[in-house]
Amino acid sequence: MLGRAWDTPALPGERTAAGGDQDSLTLGIEAAFACLERAGTDDIDAIFFATTTPPYAEKHAAATIAAVLDRRDVGTVDVTGSLRAATTALRNALDAVRAGSARAALVVAADMRPAEPSTAMEQLFGDGAAAVLVRPDAPVRVLGEASVAEEFTGPWRRTGDPFVRTFDAKIETEQYQRAVVEVSQRALDRAGVSPDAIAAFAAYAPDPRTYASVAKRIGIAQARDPLFAGAGNLGAAHALASLAGALDEAAPGDHVLLAAGAEGADALVLAAAEGVQRARAARTLNDALADKRMLASYERYVRARRLIEWDDPVVPSSTIRTWRDRRQAFALYGVRCGACELVQFPANRACIACGGDRMTPQRLQRTGAVFTYTLDHLVAGEYLETPVPRMVVDLDGGGRVFVEGTDCEPSDVTVGMRVELCFRLMHEGADFKNYYWKARPER
Amino acid sequence: MTGIKDRVAVAGVGATRFTEHYEKDQEDLLYEAVQEAIGDAGIERSDIQAMWVGVYYRFTGLSGTTAADATRIYGIPATRVENYCASGMDAFRNACFAVAAGVYDIVLACGVEKITDQGSRGLPNVLRDSIPPFIPPASAPALFAMAGTRCFAERGWTREDLARVAVKNHANGAKHPKAHFRREITMDTALNAPMIAWPLGRFDSCAVSDGAAAVIITRPEIAKTLNHRDDFTLVKANGLAVTSAFPMHNPGFDYLGFPATRLAAKQAYDEAGITDPARQISFAEVHDCFTITELLNYEDLGFCAPGEGAAFMAEGRSSADGDLPVNPSGGLKSFGHPIGATGCRMIGEVTKQLQGRAEGIQVRDPELGLAHNLGGPGAVCSVTILGRN
Repeated sequence: MLGRAWDTPALPGERTAAGGDQDSLTLGIEAAFACLERAGTDDIDAIFFATTTPPYAEKHAAATIAAVLDRRDVGTVDVTGSLRAATTALRNALDAVRAGSARAALVVAADMRPAEPSTAMEQLFGDGAAAVLVRPDAPVRVLGEASVAEEFTGPWRRTGDPFVRTFDAKIETEQYQRAVVEVSQRALDRAGVSPDAIAAFAAYAPDPRTYASVAKRIGIAQARDPLFAGAGNLGAAHALASLAGALDEAAPGDHVLLAAGAEGADALVLAAAEGVQRARAARTLNDALADKRMLASYERYVRARRLIEWDDPVVPSSTIRTWRDRRQAFALYGVRCGACELVQFPANRACIACGGDRMTPQRLQRTGAVFTYTLDHLVAGEYLETPVPRMVVDLDGGGRVFVEGTDCEPSDVTVGMRVELCFRLMHEGADFKNYYWKARPER
Repeated sequence: MTGIKDRVAVAGVGATRFTEHYEKDQEDLLYEAVQEAIGDAGIERSDIQAMWVGVYYRFTGLSGTTAADATRIYGIPATRVENYCASGMDAFRNACFAVAAGVYDIVLACGVEKITDQGSRGLPNVLRDSIPPFIPPASAPALFAMAGTRCFAERGWTREDLARVAVKNHANGAKHPKAHFRREITMDTALNAPMIAWPLGRFDSCAVSDGAAAVIITRPEIAKTLNHRDDFTLVKANGLAVTSAFPMHNPGFDYLGFPATRLAAKQAYDEAGITDPARQISFAEVHDCFTITELLNYEDLGFCAPGEGAAFMAEGRSSADGDLPVNPSGGLKSFGHPIGATGCRMIGEVTKQLQGRAEGIQVRDPELGLAHNLGGPGAVCSVTILGRN
């Protein structure tokens, strides 16, 4: 589709494009939930968010992740501006846990890099996110690490640049390879692991050819990137998403080399330990790749990415109200009535059913069923497609919410349909990012 | 507790045509409606001692000055009434209670809306200004459509059931000179129209129209000295019930009707002494903002049993020649819904029917007429019963 749109040769494979109501933060939150569900805990005390496409130039994204995860007593760090942000964040998270300053650190990596239409980058870049939980008792051990810093420009994006820039792919690729080979060899030496003992090479590389080439130079015989064919170059999320794929298949004792290169490089040698299979996700990387909707046209992609100007009406909003309602809007808190036990949303001061006023906060579950719905064609606001499914959803465990549907064909919506809530960007009224929950068909 | 039964008379009514009045503003429209009502009553402007004006949108007007500036009646009490789509009938209600209290002899209830002045398409969404992020800005059709979806799932109703309402009301409205739409439609036209909010299509939804309506209210003794000394109508009852604006968050809300209508109707029926509305009410002007609303109104107003709204329609009982004609004027379907004006227009329609001078279809020998004005997501309802004196 991308090749056809511009009459240029098409690269093989498929690319992931996030919905128009997504950004790196909402993608990251999806990965964070998936990771914590897999780990069976939300007991974390540090959150790292790694991306080259943070939602704000000035405003902390990891604090929003903390709010959605309902964690307040956590250290939060944004690592941005580099394609090795995730490996850098992971190394810092490991240091924090080893030093005892954090018990459990969540590293979230997400990216939605902007590619100039008609370029090879447009055909290479995909959108995605991955998350890793770092704990002393994790079923994956870190055997050796190394980093190197290298001043070099390419690829880059200045503040305000609409797209990623590149100057000379050949020299950029060579710089990348040199740094990744150097840190990988150093990390392998420190781990005492031979390159041919590496079962999986989970690495950020700009393209599949460079990935194969750098693997060969390190001396890894069997390197297979799980993402280029079905997702693309996921930017700062690429290495951790590849790691997720590697761990889906790892047996105890398997070694994984995790690496990323940009302005230098990071490498970590990991070893799967006992319990790695138990910690395996019900939903694997392959499941995530298989769960997709094909975009009907390049124009839909253009609209979702807002690559052409659109006359969107201004939606009023308020930073004060958003702050006041943060537990409801971010952590999805309702209340339970002390008199009649009804769980309700939002956090009413007095019960909507019995009028009682002994209300206790209750966090709502994110799954439920559609009670009734409509497909609304008469919409104002930053809607990318109409009709907009609007659903009254009865959540499991109580609470009724009124949300928009997303990630589905409107015609698929039915009364009784099982849905799960997902955190999305609603609009940018009052010149800030207004996030809230939507519903998508349960996976 | 004393009510208002037979203590308040409607002395005169007036209304503009309801349509897209691009060339007129809210003052033009309100002036025209009020002048007609004053003339109909046979009073002077200076006889009016207090005014209530129903206005919903702020671009139509703010405060009592909307009435004062339109009528050029300055220096008397004038109050803007806003109560969602029932703003007009709530203005009427306030006026009635002031007269029943004995404070004033002659007052004006009126309503106006200038929706085409909003500067964008469709029905403007004002909720967005005042409601937090967890209330998505659903359109009005969307809020009522969810009742349709529920009736389809629970009761097996179909889009044909909805379309019958549109066909009936358009047939009635075709005969009314003040209706926005004055043409009949077929079932096919209704069913094949573009979707607005599933399952509601274009002909399931009332239009965006401008208009104004006015009612002169007085005590019966005074009405006997005015133009309609022999045929003024008496207010038998008025009920107003307000429920939550957030049924979409209320786990107990079944979307199979609107409790506000049932509660307002009960108030009105109790006051008027009505025990069997289907037999005792001669005809009704009800709030058919959407076709699904009219079907549910039949049930909520007690015209038929719960679940039988679609059958009540299909059997022709609410047709102009049925045993309980509903919306003989053509309803909101034919008039459109200039929010603040609609409630007062309904009072005017019911009054003229009872007087035997309906501008469109005249129902046969009515004794009691009912007007029903429903607002918000079915959250605010006013029911008025008028009778011959």
